[in-house]
Amino acid sequence: MNAAAAPVLIPLLTGLLCVALPSRRLRWGVSVTGGTACVVASVWLVALARAHTVVILRFGNWPAPFGIVFAADLLGALMSAIGSWVALCTLLALLAQPHPRLDGFFHGGWHLMLAGMNGAFLTGDLFNLYVFFEVLLVASYFLLTLGSTRRQAREAFTYVASNLVASTLFLVGVALLYAAVGSVNMADLSVRMPDASPGLVRPAVFLLAVAFGVKAAIFPLYAWLPHAYVLPPGPVAAYFGGMLTKVGVYALYRLFTTLNPLRGPEPTLVTVAVLTMVFGVLGALAQEEVRRILSFHIISQIGYMVFGLALGTPQAWAAGLFYVLHHIGVKTALLLVSAAVEASYGTGALRALSGLAHAHPFLGLSFAIPALSLAGIPPLSGFWAKVFVVEAGLRAGEAFAVGASLAVSLLTLLSMSKIFTGAFWGPSPEREAIPALHYLAIAGVGVLTLVWGLGGGWLWDLTATAAERLADPGVYAQTVLGGR
Amino acid sequence: MNLVLAALVGLLFAAGTWLLLGQRILRQVIGLGLIAHGANLTVLLAGGLVGRHAPLLGNPEPRADPLPQALILTAIVIGFGITAFLLALGYRMHALEEDEG
Repeated sequence: MNAAAAPVLIPLLTGLLCVALPSRRLRWGVSVTGGTACVVASVWLVALARAHTVVILRFGNWPAPFGIVFAADLLGALMSAIGSWVALCTLLALLAQPHPRLDGFFHGGWHLMLAGMNGAFLTGDLFNLYVFFEVLLVASYFLLTLGSTRRQAREAFTYVASNLVASTLFLVGVALLYAAVGSVNMADLSVRMPDASPGLVRPAVFLLAVAFGVKAAIFPLYAWLPHAYVLPPGPVAAYFGGMLTKVGVYALYRLFTTLNPLRGPEPTLVTVAVLTMVFGVLGALAQEEVRRILSFHIISQIGYMVFGLALGTPQAWAAGLFYVLHHIGVKTALLLVSAAVEASYGTGALRALSGLAHAHPFLGLSFAIPALSLAGIPPLSGFWAKVFVVEAGLRAGEAFAVGASLAVSLLTLLSMSKIFTGAFWGPSPEREAIPALHYLAIAGVGVLTLVWGLGGGWLWDLTATAAERLADPGVYAQTVLGGR
Repeated sequence: MNLVLAALVGLLFAAGTWLLLGQRILRQVIGLGLIAHGANLTVLLAGGLVGRHAPLLGNPEPRADPLPQALILTAIVIGFGITAFLLALGYRMHALEEDEG
């Protein structure tokens, strides 16, 4: 089996097997084993992609651009590895506090989502990306609505409808690109796009950017997000919050590096990025519930990642990628803490909670560390992520945007302290137990920010390599099309 | 022919958007379906409409472009699945409404 297919095939088979298995214990066993295997496979793929630039799988051995290819470069492999790791940790949190809504089919949906996500990261074909997006989204619709109440079903409908419209725009964008360039293979597109007529390419790129923008929740396309992420059981929301929007961010990176590379700062995207940061954080300040505050912060942080992309230099892309990886760990950890609180205390409302740090010192710590990291306090990974982005921004001469991003960090700190004073300080509540396994899950993702903060040099090297390779799509194209 | 199809795409998108902005779930689902059909037609247009013969060796020119048709087939299947899901979701909302009185 080719290494590039493993992170898609393993979850797919695991999910199918889980649906067929009769007992709950067996399902969990297979599910966790499959999740672990997926982590191993995707980390191995990172090592391969680092050594060989692009790991290619040609389906049916048809040469590109005639057949469908998987082309795992360092960017895709890194995303797939972190996604699989976070999925495994989230699965442990779900095992720790089984939710009544998660019945036998849950594992099928969960692993299907993982397969769709990894497929989206690894495919080298734009239409195939559309298909994997749909696989991912259908699975997420399923997980979102599993055993829902009427109000939840109504909110989920909004989520499904907005994502469906975005997917349709994606399809139209692919059609226009095909009309202009005559290919849907990303490597082939990157080679032939400069010669195509801009009259078709520009609207196509715009439509794709809007479609990915909805999925990434950038300004002004984020309205669906805060409602949707309040619906599912806590750990599922933690995974959605950590990973789902990042698939959109990944697609934006692919669009503006491989397909239609930016050369230097792109003013429209910079503006969108700054507005995303500002509106997200302002939305968060207005909320009174832990999960809602954290959901709005996802939007705000997406702004930083898009800012890195918009600057259009390899250094800025590396900074943006570092930011993406850092944020996935931090955000999932925060939402897993909120999930633990909700599962044990039955609410996430700041008014109803107090003194959690006194009752659960370790829970307080595992909230405080990612929260400080999110705001960019040294020596955590969030500090380095912001330093890299700010440095790249100043080099590109975007002083205003950099200033805005620093102001947003302060507001982030403010709303994190709001959660902390509201839920974690104050008189101690009647203590409810939080299972050790849930702590293990939180630690699994939370430790990333410590490791990358104190010794993240190797991760920076990886993202810098990935960004340099993105800046030179010629090599990618040659490797993918080489088999002709 | 191109112009007619282009106008049809515009009509489908416009009608779909109008239905989507309504309040009733069923109208919204139909609206989403119309938009999806508009997108499918766009893909067909993208391949050009000049081909009159099947794209097989030995067939005379002009041959049809097979790729858009393959893409549309995939998109139709996905659209069908999601429409079914949306209808099930709508039905569930309706059923829950009755449960809750």
